Amino acid sequence: MAKKDNIRNFSIIAHIDHGKSTLADRLLELTNSVAKRDMEEQLLDNMELERERGITIKAHAVKLDYKAKDGRDYVLNLIDTPGHVDFNYEVSRSLAACEGAVLIVDASQGVEAQTLANTYLALDHNLEIVPVINKIDLPAADPDRVAHEVEDVIGIPCLESPRVSAKTGENVEDVLEEIVKLVPAPEDHDSEPLRALIFDSVYDSYRGVIVYVRVMDGKIKPGDTMRMMATGAEFTVVETGYMRATSLEPANSLSSGEVGYITASIKTVSDARVGDTVTTAQNPAAEALPGYRKVNPMVFCGIYPADGADYENLRDALEKLQLNDAALSFEPETSGALGFGFRCGFLGLLHLEIIEERLEREYNLDLVTTVPSVVYKIHLTDKSVVEIDNPSNYPDPAAIDFSEEPVVEAHIYAPPEYVGAIMDLCQDRRGAYEGMTYLDADRVDLKYVLPLNEIIYDFFDVLKSRTRGYASFDYEMKGYQKSQLVKLDVLLNGDVIDALSFIIHSDKAYTRARKIAEKLKDNIPRQMFEIPVQIAVGSKVIARETVKAMRKDVLAKCYGGDITRKKKLLEKQKEGKKRMRKFGTVEVPQEAFMAVLKLDE
Amino acid sequence: MENIGLYLHIPFCSSKCPYCDFYSFRSDREFISRYVDKMNAEIIKKSGEINCKADTLYIGGGTPSLLGFSQIAQLVSTAKSRFLTRDSEITLECNPYGVTEEFFNKISECGVNRISLGLQSANDEERRKLGRRAGCEDVKRAIYYAQKSGIENISLDVMLGIPESTLDSLEKTLEFCVSRGVPHISCYMLKIEENTPFFKMRERLNLPDDDAVADMYLFACEYLESHGIKQYEISNFSVEGRESRHNLKYWRCEEYLGIGASAHSFLNGKRFYCKNDAEGFVKEPRYVFDGDGGSFEEFAMLKLRLTEGVLESEVKERFGFKIPEKLRLGAEKFIDLGLVCADENSLRLTRKGFLLSNSILAEIL
Repeated sequence: MAKKDNIRNFSIIAHIDHGKSTLADRLLELTNSVAKRDMEEQLLDNMELERERGITIKAHAVKLDYKAKDGRDYVLNLIDTPGHVDFNYEVSRSLAACEGAVLIVDASQGVEAQTLANTYLALDHNLEIVPVINKIDLPAADPDRVAHEVEDVIGIPCLESPRVSAKTGENVEDVLEEIVKLVPAPEDHDSEPLRALIFDSVYDSYRGVIVYVRVMDGKIKPGDTMRMMATGAEFTVVETGYMRATSLEPANSLSSGEVGYITASIKTVSDARVGDTVTTAQNPAAEALPGYRKVNPMVFCGIYPADGADYENLRDALEKLQLNDAALSFEPETSGALGFGFRCGFLGLLHLEIIEERLEREYNLDLVTTVPSVVYKIHLTDKSVVEIDNPSNYPDPAAIDFSEEPVVEAHIYAPPEYVGAIMDLCQDRRGAYEGMTYLDADRVDLKYVLPLNEIIYDFFDVLKSRTRGYASFDYEMKGYQKSQLVKLDVLLNGDVIDALSFIIHSDKAYTRARKIAEKLKDNIPRQMFEIPVQIAVGSKVIARETVKAMRKDVLAKCYGGDITRKKKLLEKQKEGKKRMRKFGTVEVPQEAFMAVLKLDE
Repeated sequence: MENIGLYLHIPFCSSKCPYCDFYSFRSDREFISRYVDKMNAEIIKKSGEINCKADTLYIGGGTPSLLGFSQIAQLVSTAKSRFLTRDSEITLECNPYGVTEEFFNKISECGVNRISLGLQSANDEERRKLGRRAGCEDVKRAIYYAQKSGIENISLDVMLGIPESTLDSLEKTLEFCVSRGVPHISCYMLKIEENTPFFKMRERLNLPDDDAVADMYLFACEYLESHGIKQYEISNFSVEGRESRHNLKYWRCEEYLGIGASAHSFLNGKRFYCKNDAEGFVKEPRYVFDGDGGSFEEFAMLKLRLTEGVLESEVKERFGFKIPEKLRLGAEKFIDLGLVCADENSLRLTRKGFLLSNSILAEIL
């Protein structure tokens, strides 16, 4: 088979913080893809949020021109991948679009959980791995040790690999040379029917959705009728071209082996789903590329505007975000406590937090979110099964035969001295131990099956703190397992507060109930009457606290005739009341509600 | 036009108490004298502009007793000649420290017929924490001289919630007040104001908590009542007929003229005040408009400070309508909680209601 010799398609994989975005930036600089003056730190991370959090949320791609030391010109297509387990599927699609992957390993930290997980993912896609040891400028750098570790743990040659500092730029050109040398050129399948893999899509208000593709077979050009093989939707291609670092560069066509974009006046990204295959209506491919699946939300929560008047604005904002994020789902819901809002589904907690932050920052909304929930399968006595992602819909316990909850298979990598602490934590989180492997003398891989609802809140934070930041963590969905679940209701002054209900394993109910009761007691300001705080399973109260009645709130001295001052105080107090949420008869300030929802210890 | 109240503000103190955020400062004789001169001139000037009489005069501060009696006499006589009716209540706030028999004789002679003394506590240790120089004996002496000079209408200020105070120490203070035979007592709860030394050191002050202060308040109300000194306002108590006529004007939403730096006025439906600037006042008094006064909300807010509460008859006479249904409905749940009392004639707060008056007002007004 003929090859397109001058093309290399690669992505960069790394554990978080090992310098992926920084290296990507250096590659852009070295290939003169960006004028120096346009160079912003971490150029590929477009979103303000991505730069701030130091993680890549969306996949990005860029075409680099490189004149190699062999004197030939190459086209290097860099496909950046998201850096978080929430976006594993997107990562796998990005990798499927490449022939090789640059594996970055931190010269002081060595192999970490995501290093391995991403490497295995890359190997699954038959990618050629190009190891690079980064951060050699750090005082703690030990590239020799790390190179051996990579060889021992991953089993790929690394001793001769480039050792670079993406930060200072040292030896970065070697990385480009290695890519040219090691990553296979794509095969020439121009004569076959079109098959192009969608690895990302971005909504643009002028052109509609911009679909990022890797063409595997055939050709596509403006005027063609493109067809999405999973959804069957068809569009007329308006433009094709290549992604440059700071702009799009139109081209007459895209052909096999190439990475580029297509626009076709597509209205929403859900019509151009990541993983779908693009073919043409005129000469359709017989079979789609493998690996497509519809991404299902894993974590759900209610999102409500703090001010009911913002309901429509919240809807608009969610619709706009959804244009660009096929994994985000939402539907209207009503809460007795919070009014009108939306039940939203996310890939994971990070995804949830990102959406929440974007809504607050980019759309200026003040939000209240309910406790995140996973999707439980409740088997009823009449043999039917309901899927519950909202505690409000939890069936009458008498009608429940048994319940199932989603579980993940988790790998935790850490130095051996932390094994005890990690096992305690996993035990505490109802984990089932599956095995432990010594990767080398300094690192073990602990395998656990963990209920998803035990890791969505704060698992990673606690893991980090118990291992002084040394442990890393990765997981994938494993399926459902039987579980003893109960629904906890929170009652304030005798009224159930629907927004605070949640589903939990029965073993955890008492401890959690006590904590919630305490937290509510501490966060609800005293009011003019005593407020009983009760946590109940069905009609049985399992924890209770009391918010004592407030007894003093008075301006004792009405200042020598300064009535205006008193009036202003009264106005301020009235304003303060507006910021309260009324739960039945009890007023709870926004801040207290948020504190209660954040269940981290 | 009805008689108004006249208020004169003397912003001078020999030292600043650590909890006080009133406008007051230390000054020299010369400046004080210029200030008093200006005040006399201003009373005269205002009397030319305002065509009405006053039946109360209140000289407050600061520490008005810092002025010599001749300056006080001068102010009183100017007020008398320009504003006051014959039966006026004339109050002078006094610091019990270092006032002499002669002082009281002279001020009594010139017409002062009511004094307000800052006792705060009968416990000298507590008084010291509040930065008060006078001891209990000084207060005793001041009361004695005042009574001897013919001024028997005396009010004592008592403070609730003093650092490290207890119900016991409060009882002793109230005992002291009753034993002196004074007809009027003000019991203020200490409020920690920003920009005071107490605010900075509040964590170290060992302040009784809100619940303890609420207990002290209720205790004081009961104690005084059982000794014939009835509550008539959130913080004020008196024997029948000895309520502060001047202060009642504030709480009944009646009109008054305030002269001096930081003094507030309510005249012809307008509220205005003089800036917190004694130097400026001496050069040329400037009045700052502070909005219209006398709305129903304002009236109710003020009247609900009084035990008499809001009366249907008054509302009818003053506004031409009945107590609004919204207010009565809003008050219902507070009636159930024992915080508000209502019948067809009036609506008023109970003692427990007074303690929570900010929250209640914010909800019903």
